[in-house]
Amino acid sequence: MSKFKKKAEVKQEIPTSSMPDVVFMLLFFFMVTTEMRKSSIKVKQQIPKAAQLRKLERKTLVANLYIGQPTEAKFGTEEKIQANDAFINTDDIIRWVNEEKSKLAEAEREQLTIAIKGDKDAKRGIIADVETELRKGNARKVLYTAADNAAAKKN
Amino acid sequence: MARSTPEIPNASMADIAFLLLTFFLVTTTINNDKGLSIGLPPPPDPNKNEEVKMQEKNIFKIQVNSSDALLVEGEPMEDVSGLKDMIIAFVKNKGVDPASSESPEKAIVSFKTDRGTSHKRFVEILDIIQGAYYDIYAEQAGVTNKEFREAASQLADAEKKAIYERGKKDYPMNISIAEPTKVGN
Repeated sequence: MSKFKKKAEVKQEIPTSSMPDVVFMLLFFFMVTTEMRKSSIKVKQQIPKAAQLRKLERKTLVANLYIGQPTEAKFGTEEKIQANDAFINTDDIIRWVNEEKSKLAEAEREQLTIAIKGDKDAKRGIIADVETELRKGNARKVLYTAADNAAAKKN
Repeated sequence: MARSTPEIPNASMADIAFLLLTFFLVTTTINNDKGLSIGLPPPPDPNKNEEVKMQEKNIFKIQVNSSDALLVEGEPMEDVSGLKDMIIAFVKNKGVDPASSESPEKAIVSFKTDRGTSHKRFVEILDIIQGAYYDIYAEQAGVTNKEFREAASQLADAEKKAIYERGKKDYPMNISIAEPTKVGN
């Protein structure tokens, strides 16, 4: 029986002197990309996937509507529309659109884009109702928010 | 004589950085401002009850029912992979096939859903329809599909706008999203 060779006594240490630099780099990345969320989203948000995405030209001209089932059971299972921080009914949408428009400069009001962030299981019915109200409220630029579909990247 | 230089202890720097990093990692939400962009039609005018007559052959009908099943030109369709090419062929027909569209201006892709259709399916099909148009535009402008879509988001840039306009020429994106039917809810 041969004996095992004695392990060479070489110190194996990962150099850590550059760790702070690496961490700082990550830190700066997150600091730059981060955006504090103004409102907590109270509806389910699993965004559907699509390939033919378009980027929004200017973020300031966007108002978000979140549509989906409420995450908390006390609000029931019916799909709800969330604007800013509260649930709204379809009847309130015109008023909400006008509020959002009044936040913008006069010349930019017509360029307001409504980003509909619909949950993938949300039903078409409620979203169509929202669209009808948006048409009445004269906010006709709509963006269905979608995630990039990695499978269709070849396009 | 060597003077001792004052030094800030930096052993804890990594810890501090980690702490900050964790904070930003937790609070960060990378904003997703991408999606399918459409323009809604103006609200219906109650005083004007105009019934627009369209020729059947100029309409490419896509219907989705409440259980997300697809009907294309009256035929059920399981696999959507061929749909894009069908739309492209329909839009670019220009009267060659008498049963298909007369011209790209007259060609309309009609997309009708049900109230019970899921948003996921809706986005999937709308994605295909828009993809067909973007493919046509990109080909006309001589760029790739992705480049064209990027150009379309940067119309302030004159060069990008030229690409956009060259691509869109003669091919209006006539996508009609009809009011959903009321079977499922």
